[in-house]
Amino acid sequence: MYAFDYHAPKTVRQAVNLLAKNPEAKVLAGGHSLLPVMKLRLAQPSAIIDLNQVEGISGVEVKGRSVVIGALTRHYQVAASDTLKDVLPALASVPGSIGDPHVRHRGTIGGSIANNDPNADYPAACLGLGATIITNKRRILADDFFVGMYETALEPDELITKVSFPIAKKAAYQKFKHPASGFALVGVFVSKRGSEIRVAVTGAGSNGVFRVPQFEEALKKRFSPKSIEGIEVSPEGLNNDIHASAEYRAHLIGVMAKRALAAA
Amino acid sequence: MPVVSMTVNGKAVSADVETRTLLVQYLREHLRLTGTHVGCDTSQCGCCVIHLDGKAVKSCTTLAVQCQGANVVTIEGLAEADGKLHPMQEAFRENHGLQCGYCTPGMVMAAVDMVYRKGNELDEQTIRHELDGNLCRCTGYHNIVKAIAAGAKAMKGMPTPAS
Repeated sequence: MYAFDYHAPKTVRQAVNLLAKNPEAKVLAGGHSLLPVMKLRLAQPSAIIDLNQVEGISGVEVKGRSVVIGALTRHYQVAASDTLKDVLPALASVPGSIGDPHVRHRGTIGGSIANNDPNADYPAACLGLGATIITNKRRILADDFFVGMYETALEPDELITKVSFPIAKKAAYQKFKHPASGFALVGVFVSKRGSEIRVAVTGAGSNGVFRVPQFEEALKKRFSPKSIEGIEVSPEGLNNDIHASAEYRAHLIGVMAKRALAAA
Repeated sequence: MPVVSMTVNGKAVSADVETRTLLVQYLREHLRLTGTHVGCDTSQCGCCVIHLDGKAVKSCTTLAVQCQGANVVTIEGLAEADGKLHPMQEAFRENHGLQCGYCTPGMVMAAVDMVYRKGNELDEQTIRHELDGNLCRCTGYHNIVKAIAAGAKAMKGMPTPAS
């Protein structure tokens, strides 16, 4: 990889100041997306701002009717959180399907969300639960946060510190893994909280994670797999590559949504 | 170049490294601990698995500078000082859990970590599932799985690192 300066701030404030001073810098959390890209010399940050020494941005806690997860919380910690398994098991199930045990020891929820890989799992959980992404500056609704492929609403000197997930009564995530990479070919997160119903899809959209309004509308009557039977998803705007055609992915969205609804 | 200090296999080490030095490069090229291998260099094969503060990680996807103050254990740090093998290494030997041996250091480190996380009684399905991050291209998984089950049992009573 190309050479870079390295900073290991101890506080969010220091990290943000470094970001403001180094517009070409990249933030390093678990490093399992950034370092591979740097090794391929596809990224050339002037500096790395390593968050691993920043205190107070890791952990899972219930606050009122939400679960708040620190940005630096690693995948294995989220998966193993008894608190989370108790109040929102659907969310606890998400990180267990990311990578492998060694990757989950490093990867973080904040990193996954900030990177917004179109095949990543956490963006589906955020959009599928109506999460709020909390930064050093403001609170951003998931609906406004995920802008496009690898693109988010984050400003250059803005850092995710926490993510707040409302506790949904019913929720589930179902993922059709690419057999080699383990990434989602299609992953669907469904939830029902009062009258709010959400169906979010990752892996399929050429613009990243998205909701399926026609499913959500149909599920208002009854939150069950039967309610979406016969409703088609258009292949337009879906990924079409060597792994699967857009038509295949469109079909798979319905299949995975039904599986998620059955599991919720 | 920044100075990075860490503990590797119980020994304090310190060196000037380029910021872009990967942990695996640091271990192999600076410390000459060549037991940790580089297989794919893309975080997939698991040949480079070491324990960082008690957790199995891929040292090809970690910067050496990130390990300031950390406690690192490599395959060289498992056996006792007199050369007596760690029970997991002994189980791999007993069960012939290797063919060419290239993936073995990573397999053994992953296996020990598996026991830390999942305990001493591991069934075949659990072992195969948990080996998701380690590839053996000799297709020798059968004996590796047997070795891990036996090694897990033999590790009973051994301390696990505090998390």
